[in-house]
Amino acid sequence: MQYGEKSLLRFTTTGSVDDGKSTLIGRLLYETKSIYDDQYAAIEKTSKRKGLKEVELAYLLDGLAAEREQGITIDVAHRYFETTKRKFIITDTPGHVQYTRNMVTGASKADCAIILIDARNGVLTQSKRHGFIISLLQIPHLIVAVNKMDLVNYAEDVFSRIVQEYENYSQKLDIHDIVFIPVSALKGDNVVEKSKKMPWYDGTTLLHCLENIHVAADRNLVDFRFPVQYVIRPHLDFRGFAGKIVSGTITPGEEVVILPSGNVTTIKSIMTYDGELQEAFASQSVVLTLSDEIDVSRGDMIVRKKNLPQIENSMEAIICWMDEQAMTINTPYIIKHTTKYAKASITKIVYKIDVDTLHRQPADTFLLNEIGRVEISTSAPIFFDSYKINHATGSFILIDPLTNNTVAAGMIRNAIRHIEDYTDDWADDGGKSKKSSNVIRRELNIELAQREKQNGHKACVLWFTGLSGSGKSTIAMEMERRLFAQKCNTVLLDGDNIRHGLCSDLGFSPADRKENIRRAGEVAKVFYEHSSIVLCTFISPFKKDREFVRFLFPQDRFVEIYMSCNLDECRKRDPNGLYKKAQSGLIKDFTGLSSPYEAPETPELIIDTESLPVEKSVDMIENYLISNSIISRKNIL
Amino acid sequence: MNSFTISFLRQLESESIHIMREVAAEFKNPVMLYSVGKDSSVMVRLAQKAFYPAKFPFPLMHIDTGNKFPEMYEFRDEFCQKIGARLIIERNEEWIAKGCHPLKTGVDKCCSYLKTGALLDAIRKHGFDAAFGGARREEEKSRAKERVFSLRDSFGQWDPKNQRPELWDIYNTRINEGETVRVFPLSNWTEQDIWEYIKLENIPIVPIYYARMRKVIISNGILIPVSSGAIGDNKKAKSVLCRFRSLGCMPCTGAIASAAITIDEIIGEVRSAKKSERENRVIDLTSDSSMEQKKKEGYF
Repeated sequence: MQYGEKSLLRFTTTGSVDDGKSTLIGRLLYETKSIYDDQYAAIEKTSKRKGLKEVELAYLLDGLAAEREQGITIDVAHRYFETTKRKFIITDTPGHVQYTRNMVTGASKADCAIILIDARNGVLTQSKRHGFIISLLQIPHLIVAVNKMDLVNYAEDVFSRIVQEYENYSQKLDIHDIVFIPVSALKGDNVVEKSKKMPWYDGTTLLHCLENIHVAADRNLVDFRFPVQYVIRPHLDFRGFAGKIVSGTITPGEEVVILPSGNVTTIKSIMTYDGELQEAFASQSVVLTLSDEIDVSRGDMIVRKKNLPQIENSMEAIICWMDEQAMTINTPYIIKHTTKYAKASITKIVYKIDVDTLHRQPADTFLLNEIGRVEISTSAPIFFDSYKINHATGSFILIDPLTNNTVAAGMIRNAIRHIEDYTDDWADDGGKSKKSSNVIRRELNIELAQREKQNGHKACVLWFTGLSGSGKSTIAMEMERRLFAQKCNTVLLDGDNIRHGLCSDLGFSPADRKENIRRAGEVAKVFYEHSSIVLCTFISPFKKDREFVRFLFPQDRFVEIYMSCNLDECRKRDPNGLYKKAQSGLIKDFTGLSSPYEAPETPELIIDTESLPVEKSVDMIENYLISNSIISRKNIL
Repeated sequence: MNSFTISFLRQLESESIHIMREVAAEFKNPVMLYSVGKDSSVMVRLAQKAFYPAKFPFPLMHIDTGNKFPEMYEFRDEFCQKIGARLIIERNEEWIAKGCHPLKTGVDKCCSYLKTGALLDAIRKHGFDAAFGGARREEEKSRAKERVFSLRDSFGQWDPKNQRPELWDIYNTRINEGETVRVFPLSNWTEQDIWEYIKLENIPIVPIYYARMRKVIISNGILIPVSSGAIGDNKKAKSVLCRFRSLGCMPCTGAIASAAITIDEIIGEVRSAKKSERENRVIDLTSDSSMEQKKKEGYF
């Protein structure tokens, strides 16, 4: 076989030092002639210095001084060897519970896992934990190497008992291909050479098993998914989209859809440095060109029109917490999923899993190395498949925006739906059709007019709408201060704050924006009914959504205030750095840039914040309230 | 090979390309460290592939100690001109002027000033936030532990006990003010993979990788070329057919006895090698943790 034509197998090994893991890897490397003399001499020197009688092969793998010092594996190490059939990449991972996150890291890309069990000790808690993690990460093949058979007289019944016990356990897990091999790493039995000491074992050796595992079938070649990594534009006439096909296959001429825009086009060509391809498939890095000039950027995904991933702002996932700092619920983290970033918060912990007993238990946080099921909401829709059917589109990491640490690894199970799909047009009937027929509306305990009389002013809603940076918050805050000074009852509903709490499960798709505004409107109504002047600052880009809110209030109590300011000026102000982020692609569906703003046609007030100082703007609103008898001069005096 | 599978060399290629594109997309000011050796040659070819038909969107940077082989300088200038790459050359002029040399200053110190120091200065000077390096995990045991995206603090230092988890192909590229990353797109390549790929792709390399007669002095089993200037006494020098297995600075890079004058012969030799690739690199031999220590200080 030509060198370049060999296939690749990545496998991960786990077990503690005492299980003989390093000896086993050392044996594999030694017998496939993958240890160099000078490397051997170096560990020989170290072993001698430590006063060991035999050369400790573990030192080959424990590459950090701290590991050699303590005689343990702390972090993932990579080793490489080959046989005439295959190239192998070993990711050697620590087995101790304290390093679970490192085991998850090392196992994430593996095609196959080897778990070591010491024949003398049988199935220990830790062997079970390892199996559980393998199953969580959906590593398709598992080899359980029952080691140190030489120390139990190569006894068949010892081996059978372990097999029996582990099989019973693994039935609780999601592992389909599991092989048991009795070995002695120290003596070399059944590692590379078939053992003569165990005639009762009619299976293959470990190496033979590794050489023959069929991995090509593990890939997903059905669902074409192409996360756009980079846009290539050498000159004005060429625009190519660079990325790796993470699953499926594609040919030129096929109809595709771009997510999230939904634009449909066809693949014009599949380009590589080595020429155009007539077909490309999972694991290839290519450049796609499209037949139409449509907007595509990093973070978008190209898929087949008839085979879409799920497109959702919320999902259920298993996560492994990897940070020293405990997880906090409803806190904004950053999700990286394929090539896309979004804000994400964990909205609910469904349960935590005790990795040793598999028991599910309630929890309100996850500490380092803890694993469990959660619900996550994201600020922009994520295009995903369940991890089980597609590792690349079903996995993500969470990043802490303050420390920039990778704090969690996630595997998506499925979508969750908190929000119903609003297909009917609520603006026409004020949302009445959504009401359940069994809900009876109770009259207000104290009538609004009575409260207003007591307060000395009328209730109303001041709805500030406009682009991000147009001055909504600045002016609303100043306005509120002025009203407060006049002893008015006020409430300020800030769009950003609402998104952190009440609406933290919503993103920025039109449907989610609609729901966001609906909730804001309903909250404003509660305060209005209790006689407040409610100042609401929401971009609220869609006319329909604003109309919905308007319908919740009497005609003269809803004051739509349009903050008029052109995009360039808003972009210049950029008080929260959002435009910059949006331009660099970190925020999708950003109003004014990648999402439209529908200016009000007949608002109660238009404030030109480009030319009008804050003080004057507030005067304008105040005059409006006075001339419409919401407040009176008396309040001011 | 059935359809819908690619050979492992193409798989490695595709992964490296993926890594390079992530960097180009997410960092403001990346650079590719170019050491003129075979790994750099492969890395540059992968960059050409990753951004084709455009040119790769970052410069190459050579940290020059002034002690490289003349053939390396010649190759570097010709090669970069031919492919139209922007080449930045940075040297620690202050210490070069002071006559910093392994024989005088000591191996570790010389490395620390002329390589690590020069590199950190250059990264600061140009404001690079990400630097590609051609290091491979197979080369050395502490490298075997390093992530593809290796976070460095504001002093360029690696903290092996505090590495970010790196899962699947999802790379966390976010860094704090002052931090940088070293990115190793060849992490999973072996020496043999490099040579097989050079052959497959017909990639140009510095000619001193091939064997010819050279005047050397044999010291501790290492063949030190006379031309390196590392040896005072030339009387013991003899002519030996040899080549360089990996390239570094002249005083610290020994040759190996070899008759390999073609790629195939080099591949044959690498395959049956009894010693590791960096056997002739004096800088690795000073202690069991010398590479780890250097990396902690900001080395490549």
